[in-house]
Amino acid sequence: MAVKNIMIVGVGGQGTLLTSRILGGLTIAGGYDVKLSEVHGMAQRGGSVVTFVRYGEKVAEPIVEEGQADVIIAFERLEALRYAHFLKKDGVLIVNDWRIDPMPVVIGAARYPENILEDLEKEYKVYKVDATEESKKLGNPKVFNLIVLGVAAQHMDFTKEQWYEVIEKTVPQKTVELNKKAFDVGYTLK
Amino acid sequence: MAEKVIMLGNEAIARGAYEAGVKVSSAYPGTPSTEISEYLVQYKDDVYEEWAPNEKVATEVAVGASLAGVRSMACMKHVGLNVAADPLYSVSYMGVNGGLVLVVADDPGLYSSQNEQDTRMVARAAQIPVIEPSDSAEAKDFFKTAFELSEQFDRPFIFRTTTRLAHSQGIVELCDRAQVEDKPYEKNIPKNVMMPGNAKLRHVEIEKRNLELAEAANTLSLNKMEMNDTKIGVITSGIPYQYVKEALPDASVLKLGLVNPLPKKLIEEFASKVETLYIVEELDPVIEEQVRSWGIPAVGKEIFTVQGEYSANMLRKAILKENPDLKKPAEAPGRPPILCPGCPHRSVFHVLNKLKMHAAGDIGCYTLGAVAPLSVIDTTMCMGSSISTLHGMEKAKGKEYIKNWVAVIGDSTFLHTGINSLMNMVYNHATGTVLILDNSTTGMTGHQDHAATGKTLQGDPTYAIDIPALCRAVGVKNVYEINAFDLLLLEKTIKEEVARDEVSVIITKTPCVLLDKRKKPLYIAHADKCKKCGMCMKPGCPAMTKNPDGTIHIDDTMCTGCGLCKDLCKFDAIELIKEGE
Repeated sequence: MAVKNIMIVGVGGQGTLLTSRILGGLTIAGGYDVKLSEVHGMAQRGGSVVTFVRYGEKVAEPIVEEGQADVIIAFERLEALRYAHFLKKDGVLIVNDWRIDPMPVVIGAARYPENILEDLEKEYKVYKVDATEESKKLGNPKVFNLIVLGVAAQHMDFTKEQWYEVIEKTVPQKTVELNKKAFDVGYTLK
Repeated sequence: MAEKVIMLGNEAIARGAYEAGVKVSSAYPGTPSTEISEYLVQYKDDVYEEWAPNEKVATEVAVGASLAGVRSMACMKHVGLNVAADPLYSVSYMGVNGGLVLVVADDPGLYSSQNEQDTRMVARAAQIPVIEPSDSAEAKDFFKTAFELSEQFDRPFIFRTTTRLAHSQGIVELCDRAQVEDKPYEKNIPKNVMMPGNAKLRHVEIEKRNLELAEAANTLSLNKMEMNDTKIGVITSGIPYQYVKEALPDASVLKLGLVNPLPKKLIEEFASKVETLYIVEELDPVIEEQVRSWGIPAVGKEIFTVQGEYSANMLRKAILKENPDLKKPAEAPGRPPILCPGCPHRSVFHVLNKLKMHAAGDIGCYTLGAVAPLSVIDTTMCMGSSISTLHGMEKAKGKEYIKNWVAVIGDSTFLHTGINSLMNMVYNHATGTVLILDNSTTGMTGHQDHAATGKTLQGDPTYAIDIPALCRAVGVKNVYEINAFDLLLLEKTIKEEVARDEVSVIITKTPCVLLDKRKKPLYIAHADKCKKCGMCMKPGCPAMTKNPDGTIHIDDTMCTGCGLCKDLCKFDAIELIKEGE
């Protein structure tokens, strides 16, 4: 199997590291060679962060290069816009329909682009999900990332049971049920 | 069959330490090296480890353990090695008893550092052998090899990683812990007392040892020739090896695991077999310059950069002259890192901003006080430098000149090297004001304990250094502890202390907001009361945005309920609607 390239992009503090751990556990359970690359340290403090996940028969580099991503999972609209050009021709972009203003926008030095999703839809296959609102309905806005992951799972090669198994192994014990419920919301969204 | 698991590079190094039979490890946190020590905690029954106040101490602890006869290690980031340079250059002469390895993590691309220095250059200057892995599996296996070679050649080793290696995950096969017998300690004054007469002889000895190692390097399994099509030959090491494999799957490759000293014969043999020789190494041309000095033609930094990280696409462009049809990135406003919502530093910086103060800054989350709209930090250079920089300004231009200056430093950084600078101030009749932003943790690197938190790396309770008492003990008479969110008291105290002709220390003691797991208070902004004055937006809180009509919105998924905005609003437009715990 050719190497599959996944990217998770978002804002530092949104839980990209947890998501990448889940994806890492999933791919190894599937018997693949896998490499992941994450961002720690200063950039984690509210900055733009990107995680790369690559799996297949044999993986060399741990990063996804421009024009090579099969799936991009974006936790925020502006970050979807920033990294969309990493997608390959028939790649899929999953976007949490949520806005976090970066500091240049907060202080009025830059404008948050209007109509990001409409513009992206012209060029890419985009699936949007209002995961932040959906997660509030579940009573904990922090699990929005599992909802987004559920949507992404519809475009990846793993069974629901495989996802469940790795979620159980990865998230804190007392949040397993909540996280599985959140995953279900995304997995069943049309 | 051995169990296969997925591990971060840093986790694999920790596992390698365990399997290598390491008994002592000391470290100071520094991205991207920090997690090595955190992952090592799980082996605490077998490996003693600790946070040291700085990298010099950590290195000396490891040297002591090696002298005593056990395998030992210290971990640090590249700039930490500068702090440890003093012991480094001399332990190079002493050699080891138990194997001794320093893990040093470089940061090409500056994800979380103040410079982009190449540890291999420092290692060459100190004549220290360097091993470099290219993925998690090698990180574990090579780390064990490092201890074997350290003992075989009586040399301390540097294990060099980069951010991409340290923070990438890959598959690792687990092995058992090696049963390594402690070596007896033997008093050996000529070897271990570095005074001129001894050191002169040791210098001769280590030159000899390094030559022996360089000879052995020609046949060590760490260095590997992968012959393929011979039109293109590449010498590379570390993470760039992976980019080479990705971009040039048909090329011949000489992959170096031991990057100092270099295997000259092996390189000559490889060079003679290929048509064009490329040297692919991130940062400085360390391999390239040596190879060229041997009269071997090679292509290197004339087509590759000395800055940042490499990639397969970059190599395709530079070597194969490919110009793939790539989409241009969309125009998107940048998202630089910022202080978290509810960060106590924001409150302090707001007051400094209001008072139009200059600040000599330091290394930590609070470096972000240089970012607009706060923009209060004037300089940031290295750990502990804020206090001494302020002192130098006073000595240059007099005490009146620094009446609108303060030094700003965190608790962990203060204990790292800031305390020396404070002693210097008191000793040399300074009058400056130092703000210690005490958030009770080492924040930027992800919350590590230190000598004033009351807990060790292995989780045991311990004495917590009393920072105010420490300041008084070195002779500071004016020491204050203030809650970082007490805006009025903070403003009043800063004004009074900068005016005073004596050294003052103001400790703003409020824990890092990320450590506070209590249920948070809830605030909302009332659009009808909001006068759109923008006062509450001044500290640049990321949880606050302006509505299209100019009124304020508080994002309840980000707000931590610190109340700073409420305190700044003169029109009661921000209301506490639910108390926290």
